Amino acid sequence: MTALTRGSVRPNQWLRNLNAKIASIPMILTAVVIFLGGTIWTVVYSFTNSKLLPRLSFVGLDQYERLWAAPRWIISIQNLAVYGFFSLVFSLVIGFVLAALMDQKIRFENTFRTIMLYPFALSFIVTGLVWQWLLNPQFGIQSIVRSLGWTSFSFDPLYDADIVIYGILIAALWQGTGLVMCLMLAGLRGIDEDIWKAARVDGIPMWKTYVLIIIPMMRGVFITTLVIIASGIVKVYDLVVAQTSGGPGIASEVPAKYVYDYMFQAQNLGQGFAASTMMLITVAIIIVPWAYLEFGGGRKRG
Amino acid sequence: MDNMFASNNTLTAYEKETRRIEAGPSGRKPRRRLSRRNIIVYGTLIVVALYYLLPLYVMIVTSLKGMPEIRVGNIFAPPLEITFEPWVKAWAEACTGLNCDGLSRGFWNSVRITVPSVIISIAVASVNGYALANWRFKGAELFFTILVVGAFIPYQVMIYPIVIVLREMGVYGTLTGLVIVHTIFGMPILTLLFRNYFAGLPEELFKAARVDGAGFWTIYFKIMLPMSLPIFVVAMILQVTGIWNDFLFGVVFTRPEYYPMTVQLNNIVNSVQGVKEYNVNMAATILTGAVPLVVYFVSGRLFVRGIAAGAVKG
Amino acid sequence: MKLRSLAGALAATVALPFGLAQATDLEVTHWWTSGGEAAAVAELAKAFDATGNKWVDGAIAGSGGTARPIMISRITGGDPMGATQFNHGRQAEELVQAGLMRDLTDVATRENWKEIVKPSSLLDSCTIEGKIYCAPVNIHSWQWLWLSNAAFKQAGVPVPKNWDEFVAAGPALEKAGIIPLAVGGQPWQAAGAFDVLMVAIAGKDVFEQVFAKKDEEVAAGPEIAKVFKAADDARRLSKGTNVQDWNQATNLVITGKAGGQIMGDWAQGEFQVAGQKAGVDYTCLPGLGVNEVISTGGDAFYFPLLEDEEKSKAQEVLASTLLNPKTQVAFNLKKGSLPVRSDVDLATANDCMKKGLEILAKGNVIQGTDQLLSADSQKQKEDLFSEFFANASMTPEDAQKRFAEIIAAAD
Repeated sequence: MTALTRGSVRPNQWLRNLNAKIASIPMILTAVVIFLGGTIWTVVYSFTNSKLLPRLSFVGLDQYERLWAAPRWIISIQNLAVYGFFSLVFSLVIGFVLAALMDQKIRFENTFRTIMLYPFALSFIVTGLVWQWLLNPQFGIQSIVRSLGWTSFSFDPLYDADIVIYGILIAALWQGTGLVMCLMLAGLRGIDEDIWKAARVDGIPMWKTYVLIIIPMMRGVFITTLVIIASGIVKVYDLVVAQTSGGPGIASEVPAKYVYDYMFQAQNLGQGFAASTMMLITVAIIIVPWAYLEFGGGRKRG
Repeated sequence: MDNMFASNNTLTAYEKETRRIEAGPSGRKPRRRLSRRNIIVYGTLIVVALYYLLPLYVMIVTSLKGMPEIRVGNIFAPPLEITFEPWVKAWAEACTGLNCDGLSRGFWNSVRITVPSVIISIAVASVNGYALANWRFKGAELFFTILVVGAFIPYQVMIYPIVIVLREMGVYGTLTGLVIVHTIFGMPILTLLFRNYFAGLPEELFKAARVDGAGFWTIYFKIMLPMSLPIFVVAMILQVTGIWNDFLFGVVFTRPEYYPMTVQLNNIVNSVQGVKEYNVNMAATILTGAVPLVVYFVSGRLFVRGIAAGAVKG
Repeated sequence: MKLRSLAGALAATVALPFGLAQATDLEVTHWWTSGGEAAAVAELAKAFDATGNKWVDGAIAGSGGTARPIMISRITGGDPMGATQFNHGRQAEELVQAGLMRDLTDVATRENWKEIVKPSSLLDSCTIEGKIYCAPVNIHSWQWLWLSNAAFKQAGVPVPKNWDEFVAAGPALEKAGIIPLAVGGQPWQAAGAFDVLMVAIAGKDVFEQVFAKKDEEVAAGPEIAKVFKAADDARRLSKGTNVQDWNQATNLVITGKAGGQIMGDWAQGEFQVAGQKAGVDYTCLPGLGVNEVISTGGDAFYFPLLEDEEKSKAQEVLASTLLNPKTQVAFNLKKGSLPVRSDVDLATANDCMKKGLEILAKGNVIQGTDQLLSADSQKQKEDLFSEFFANASMTPEDAQKRFAEIIAAAD
């Protein structure tokens, strides 16, 4: 804890770093009032039977019992696990490889980057719609392949309850990998040319330089990317609504959609808050210890 | 993908690197050589680009067809008869309830929302990130950790608490209120982005500036900003896209005279006047996405290599 | 947040200077954006504008789930609209209790709504503690089977006259490459279809025991088992409907790609927009041709409490305009629904609407599930039936068990 030790050495602790403290006021307010305050508010109301408007009439753990008895919630969790795992792995791998390729001093870099990034500009509503089309068995990819002569070809992920979540994954990767590539590229561009020179002098092959030197140096960028991808995964909602509305049946439901549907369609705020509290607790259990080690440790300069 | 480098055994690693560096920071164009490496690099990129472009192709082609043609033909076929009717309709005629003036209705509102929101949220977050990376103070990590966890909260859950906060501040229903909301929700990811980027920059620079007597703001503007263009571009991409495409906050926290373009887009895409007009939907989508796209293309030029390296040497 | 302070804060903030446009502009939010719906809203707007005021349209597509949080936020955030479509009945209670909604009793007494609104249950749904808080505008009934005459002709079978004949005609339709029953993917459609089957097959009494009295034994009993059997048939017949929205499903019937659809009378608006004629191009069977009973749900407008006097006056004008006989006719003809007053002339109504009016006159009516169940129970039901209709491996028995549990837990 460098900050701590340093602070105790200097007498005028409050005035030290005054500019930084003033500059951080918006952040502190947001963290405390909105995120912490809002979370506590949500958790408190998850123990009530609030319907349309938040009301403090407590019912204990009723909302949680009901939540875990709902088949739709269980399916939502399973879907999120599958979607989350593949989404994380593929986004990182594809994003990094593309960035490494883009970093080879290629021509038309601007064009390539824009092509990979443009899906990110399109709203989820429409990304969902286009992919719903491409994956529609009657006039999408399946019908094209069949019309080419392979009549037994079958590819209709959105209408098959067992694999529907992968259909959503395809659209999600198409939409999001461009941004991951840009993040990685920004990271690569921040790396000193001298590192490459040194690696060359030592005769280290290129791929080894990437794996052993560059990637560890890009730790910060990787962490940022990880948080961006992961928070997107936890919050995935619009894409599912646009592509399948959670269907067929309830096969592609996700937790955020459960929260939203129960808050606003079922007008059962308590149930929605209980579900979001579960989501948040899960996230917090994973993130808080890690974040504290990562951001709180004295590893970085003070 | 490791193959791509490993299979390259006709050239030694040394030669490869030489070429790389020769072409490198001084900004010379790469040599025009049809080497295996180039074939692999460009080949992969072109294949990947085709995958990304396929849906766009379908969208453009569909938006240029008439409805009868869409009903019979396959979605990949080029239009037999090109019509710009759907584009005109999406921009100026499509109905939202009783208002039949298409996307044009919300365009300027979207601009009015996006410009201040993007500038303010990036300014605030970059200063946060800079303070966290270079001027850490006691307790900062705690607030920052809360902020990062906050990135995982589904927006919808926060609607009611934020309505209460904005109401108490007296800015509910105003543009200011909406800008504040966008700044708040952009903060976790952006702060993380800047903090990690600044922390990864060479430390000697910061120390040298301190020795020279530069303060908080001088270092930020004179040293950090010029070295961080790529990450500012990423932040801009994130914010322009997120705010331009936002629908929920735009309708929940403002009044109809500020409704952004996405309200019309939602109404065009989600409501069906008899038959779903796919061509109009596609045209509306491309039109709505056009602004972020222009921003990507223009700002992407700031991604040039060598800024960081140059600064280090200078 | 205490509700009382919510109301207090509301009173404080509405006085803020923003939004002082023309005093008689009234913003009306609703989620009527499909073809027939938009045409119907235009009639309301026209009638209101004719009174010298101005209808400022605030349409938000995507029905309850998208529009409702916006409406509630606006009202509780202290920046309410002039009037809003809202779900009838139980849930608006909370906004009323919070003192956020406007009491319409004066207008209602002056214009004698108690006498003219038929059936009276519509006004009951608007009444909370003896005061009237909403203006009902129409009656929608769910219990209709819409059939494509062209589809049956193509399949070479006569157009069915009831549900059993329809089920029997299923294989012939399938052979002709037609989906017998179109059921869109949105969950509420499957749940609604089940409710319709229940009235038709188990009858009015059983329906009321289950949904009004929440009798879980009846819900688990043999009568309802029969209904689940029929739902199983419907599930089989609906295989291959790859659309989401209800109007896309209706469009399958309009174009003859599907034989029929169980959908509320709002589907009629779509047939009209497509230029089809009842009895010639399509056939409608109220109560599935088995049990001619219709439910009397409907839409209503609520009026948030405003401080601005001019606007408050305009609210009264709008409320009375909505119930005006002329508006009622014009609106309901476009919307495909029935008027809330029995004293209007509907000579221009088509065959299907006339059938509905007859049933209404006979008093063969039930309350809709939207009025009987909370939105919460409705949503649970939707989850169950959308799973049931999509998942062929879920047996009717299992589904019935879960259904009974939902009824048992309903309040």
